[in-house]
Amino acid sequence: MPSVMVRRNEDGKLLFYVAKKDLEEVITAVERDTPEEWGGEVTLSDGETFYIDPISPPPTFPTTLRFKRVD
Amino acid sequence: MAALTREETQNLIAEVLAIYPEKAKKDRAKHLMVNDRSLETAKKCITSNRKAVPGVMTIRGCAYAGSRGVCWGPIKDMIHISHGPVGCGMYSTMGRRHYMNGTTGADIFGTINVTSDFQERDIVFGGDKKLKAIIDELEKLFPLVKGYTIQSECPIGLIGDDIESVAKVKGAEIGKTIVPVRCEGFRGVSQSLGHHIANDSIRDWVLPTLDGDDSFETTPYDVNILADYNIGGDIWPSRMLLEEIGLRVISQVPGDGTLIEMQRSTKAKLNLLHCYRSMNYVSRHMEEKYGIPWMEYNLFGPTKIEASLRAIAERFDDQIKEGVERVLAKYKPQWQAVVDKYRPRLEGKKVMLYVGGLRPRHIIGAYEDLGMEVVGTGYEFAHNDDYDRTIKEMGDATLIYDDVTAYELDEFVKRLKPDLIGSGIKEKYQFQKMGFPFRQMHSWDYSGPYHGYDGFAIFARDMDMTLNNPCWKEIKAPWQRAAAPASVAA
Ligand code: SF4
Repeated sequence: MPSVMVRRNEDGKLLFYVAKKDLEEVITAVERDTPEEWGGEVTLSDGETFYIDPISPPPTFPTTLRFKRVD
Repeated sequence: MAALTREETQNLIAEVLAIYPEKAKKDRAKHLMVNDRSLETAKKCITSNRKAVPGVMTIRGCAYAGSRGVCWGPIKDMIHISHGPVGCGMYSTMGRRHYMNGTTGADIFGTINVTSDFQERDIVFGGDKKLKAIIDELEKLFPLVKGYTIQSECPIGLIGDDIESVAKVKGAEIGKTIVPVRCEGFRGVSQSLGHHIANDSIRDWVLPTLDGDDSFETTPYDVNILADYNIGGDIWPSRMLLEEIGLRVISQVPGDGTLIEMQRSTKAKLNLLHCYRSMNYVSRHMEEKYGIPWMEYNLFGPTKIEASLRAIAERFDDQIKEGVERVLAKYKPQWQAVVDKYRPRLEGKKVMLYVGGLRPRHIIGAYEDLGMEVVGTGYEFAHNDDYDRTIKEMGDATLIYDDVTAYELDEFVKRLKPDLIGSGIKEKYQFQKMGFPFRQMHSWDYSGPYHGYDGFAIFARDMDMTLNNPCWKEIKAPWQRAAAPASVAA
């Protein structure tokens, strides 16, 4: 359950950053991304996927959230 | 064009590694790569931030060095106590040349080294009492000091002293900021974790102090300069440029900086991050908690200055944009004269670098402005993201090395035969004796500043002075010179 900072990069894309793992990747897909909620399965540009219970209303970025790794 | 083709560079790596035992070879191979500019990330090609292979000569430091020496050291109106045995304090002797303005003992304390000088009895009975006594004593000796940091050396973590509680109790008693930093040297694989720990201590013990206090008057143009350490005075020309384009620098953290600047940094509109590696953590935190965006910038050499100032202006209104154009026009004749003078003397020369947090990529532009080419570069303690940022700066098929060992660097230099090497004090004399012109690129070799237009002129002069020094011709004994002219019989 890594603690992840999600922030926007210069192009407005969401970045997934785990300091301890030296991981910083663009989020390429979010399962649920609507005005009501944000979350579910999240795919990164390197192909890894993580899961977070959908948050409603959607969080404002940057923020730190806890994700689960999906194998 | 690189000195070697991709294949040749790959062969070079293989040849150099051949001497290692199987396991070490496998491990070290992951830390060396041939650059490929088409890559988006370096992750697949180079491994970094790993423990050095036992038995090889690495030139890394420890977490304590990263916190005491790098991140906290330049904060000038606090006393940084090296808590533990006396030896580690070597990292605080200002050999790094982070300059500070002021009068020692009155408003700056950077030149004063304080250690708790642990003895056997402190290890056995704990050093908390001693720490309290030290703070009392310092309060008497230097009543004007604004605060303290407690920089833990290895034994503190091993014996489990509670420096946090000392910091809280004493801080309340004397009414000053005391920051406990858990930067014991055994944490992490290099000084890099020390930076992170120092950042976390700033986040927890310094930044929140002005939360809810809006008495500081702000303007829309307030910025912080983060992670410029003022080596040889670097931050001063940087600050002058930023002010000239119309920004207001409200804090310098930590170069030539103070505690109150650090605290006020939460009131800025933008964080300008110079060394990404050492202070990106606190920048990210300030973005999340205070909504202050951050951006990296680079003030080495006119090309990068121009790009950086324009990028900074993008974050502000037309007034700043006009300011940038005005400044660029104003300084063009100044730097053009530098280029005209030195480029003919340096054109086409090859450089190899091996430095710390940001210079292996940041100074490439300055060399290119002088017509020089960087054929090999590498970091002591970088992480993946640093290499991601390096790939695009370096030419194709150039060599990139992570935590390079003394042996590997020697061999690479022998084969690539650069005209100039830029690295640290540990490499300096070895390469000079091998006959290679060398600049110490951590402390600017007793020179500097190198930032901004003023710094660029000094940079160019220094490189020329070193590279074209006639002494390099005299390194070989006369009878060893190949094409020595036949001596005239007397
Ligand atoms: S590793 Fe430990 S003992 Fe060595 S210099 Fe660093 S803090 Fe001191």
